[in-house]
Amino acid sequence: MTETLNVSASASTDPKPAPPGNDAKPAKGRSLWSDAWHDLRRNPLFVISAVLIVVLLVMVAFPSLFTSASPTVGDLTHHYQGKPNYSHFFAEDWFGYDTQGRSVWARMVYGARATVLVGVLVTLFVTILGGLVGLVAGYFGGWIDSVLSRITDIFQGIPFLLGAMVVLTTFTEGNVWVVITALLFLGWTQIARVARGSVITVKQSDYVHAAKSLGASTARIMFRHIVPNAVAPVIVVATTALGGYIAAEATLSYLGIGLAEPTVSWGVDVSAGKDGLRTAPHMLISPAIMVSLTVLAFIMLGDAVRNALDPKSR
Amino acid sequence: MSEKPQLTKQTESSYAAGEPILEVRDLVKHFPLTQGVLFKRQVGAVKAVDGISFDLYPGETLGIVGESGCGKSTVAKLLMNLEAPTSGTIRYKGEDITKLSGRALKAVRRNIQMVFQDPYTSLNPRMTVGDIIGEPFDIHPEVAPKGDRRAKVQELLDVVGLNPEYVNRYPHQFSGGQRQRIGIARGLALRPEIIVADEPVSALDVSVQAQVVNLMERLQDEFGLSYMFIAHDLSIVRHISDRVGVMYLGKMAEIGSDEEIYEHPTHPYTQALLSAVPVPDPEAEGRRERIVLEGDVPSPANPPSGCRFRTRCWKAEARCAEEVPLLAIPAPFEEAESGAAHPSACHFAEERAAVVAV
Repeated sequence: MTETLNVSASASTDPKPAPPGNDAKPAKGRSLWSDAWHDLRRNPLFVISAVLIVVLLVMVAFPSLFTSASPTVGDLTHHYQGKPNYSHFFAEDWFGYDTQGRSVWARMVYGARATVLVGVLVTLFVTILGGLVGLVAGYFGGWIDSVLSRITDIFQGIPFLLGAMVVLTTFTEGNVWVVITALLFLGWTQIARVARGSVITVKQSDYVHAAKSLGASTARIMFRHIVPNAVAPVIVVATTALGGYIAAEATLSYLGIGLAEPTVSWGVDVSAGKDGLRTAPHMLISPAIMVSLTVLAFIMLGDAVRNALDPKSR
Repeated sequence: MSEKPQLTKQTESSYAAGEPILEVRDLVKHFPLTQGVLFKRQVGAVKAVDGISFDLYPGETLGIVGESGCGKSTVAKLLMNLEAPTSGTIRYKGEDITKLSGRALKAVRRNIQMVFQDPYTSLNPRMTVGDIIGEPFDIHPEVAPKGDRRAKVQELLDVVGLNPEYVNRYPHQFSGGQRQRIGIARGLALRPEIIVADEPVSALDVSVQAQVVNLMERLQDEFGLSYMFIAHDLSIVRHISDRVGVMYLGKMAEIGSDEEIYEHPTHPYTQALLSAVPVPDPEAEGRRERIVLEGDVPSPANPPSGCRFRTRCWKAEARCAEEVPLLAIPAPFEEAESGAAHPSACHFAEERAAVVAV
């Protein structure tokens, strides 16, 4: 009967939300990001990787804080007699000298710059390019999606190392920008696919329909509603991929087609160090440890971020 | 409350009273079924909505009921221009809105707004309540000058019974019922004349359902709104609606005033639907006769010929497979004064004594 629905009028007008703790000021609510931050601070994986990355970034910005030696000035009297002296912390001969008589420790410190620059910039550009392609393909769908997805497939089909070799050998100078371009050229497809899938999911939400029925423009729907809600998986993939790009730079430099002297880079040093593996293994192992630690730090960061942003893992 | 809500009542429109504000004629929506990845070819169509006509009058509530998959929500999306109809017309004050685009469409959207089913997915989790309710003003800046917006948003929160200080909170800090109020406030922001509510209370607790329905009724009186209320809960539809349409498999089976549909149903599907509603009185519950339909709803991709309901109907005869019954007042009741004289799409429409109304 109709009367059963006539709940008292007061009940319909003043239900207040359960006051969350201190209700004095309209508190800035806990968004997904603040929730994630809350989670991250408690995660030892994140803390370790964050400390490593901060040290690395300081190394990039102020290498002279870590060593007074120059990475490019060699004293040939040290050549091969300069075995590492592991008790001399932060000294010029902490990790010994290389074949040119240059301080290996200084080269480990200064090599961070090229490596991190490549890793961070490639990740940034890949996220922008791949994100835009994925956004356009996922949002508009239809033939636009078909064309963009097939182009993505074509790029995805190029073997990573082979493609990078082809690009890099056509440019003779091995500087940072050429390497970044090569990695961007081959790396954007992964992000584009993730972004497309994420956009397609978000596009079907009721709040997107609501914005459409209000008459919102395509740009508003894309950047106010879809991007903020679709960006989380992209960030996760990008953070994890960052370690991969650093490893790729080292690989390409090792193969002699990435960065080259006089650029100071870990990959270049690993490549140079392989010749003396039996007599002076420190020349190879020291920069290799830096690559491993950096890649590990970024992959751990990516893992921690994924766990924090993925509500299903809570 | 020291201040009264500043929203003024709907001004008397120049549109003549008694004329429908929304006229829907032969509305059809077929979703193509395709095969192939690159070169798609159509292998069939899901006939979600297959020729629906109805009118909505100013200030009235038209309820649409029907089971899941009968096309109710597709009708709502078509009315909101979120989907383009395959054919048919939707006239808002005489103007066909299905062909509009750009500025003209944006202008019409101001007058037709929607309240969504699931309050958990209809609010953007990354926006504050103030941004969500204020977004209509950003999109239609002519409605509210920039300086006024915050005040307007707080007014709207007050109108729907929420504390105006909650503007900086995020949707997940609210309960389902409160979220639905936020959704209603967003729908009201542009002062529309028509609100399409697609199962607005289905996702809520029963006690909260009543609050939201009461709120919607109060807002209707306050702002002179016309509602198109889609639901599958027959009691709520009866409570809020002036007229009710019953849908089955993309077609309207029966339409009439709430009394005509609930007290004098003539279509067998409506009778079966009503007989399934539980009655709170155990004695009456024991006495009444339930009509148990057999089989499942046929696939809308391959609906039965003739009458859509014939595969599950106990009255079906050869004629039902050949002739599509028209939605019209059945011949035996044309002259009758009784409540049975309302449109019903059945060749053998008749009243049935044992149906207990809700």
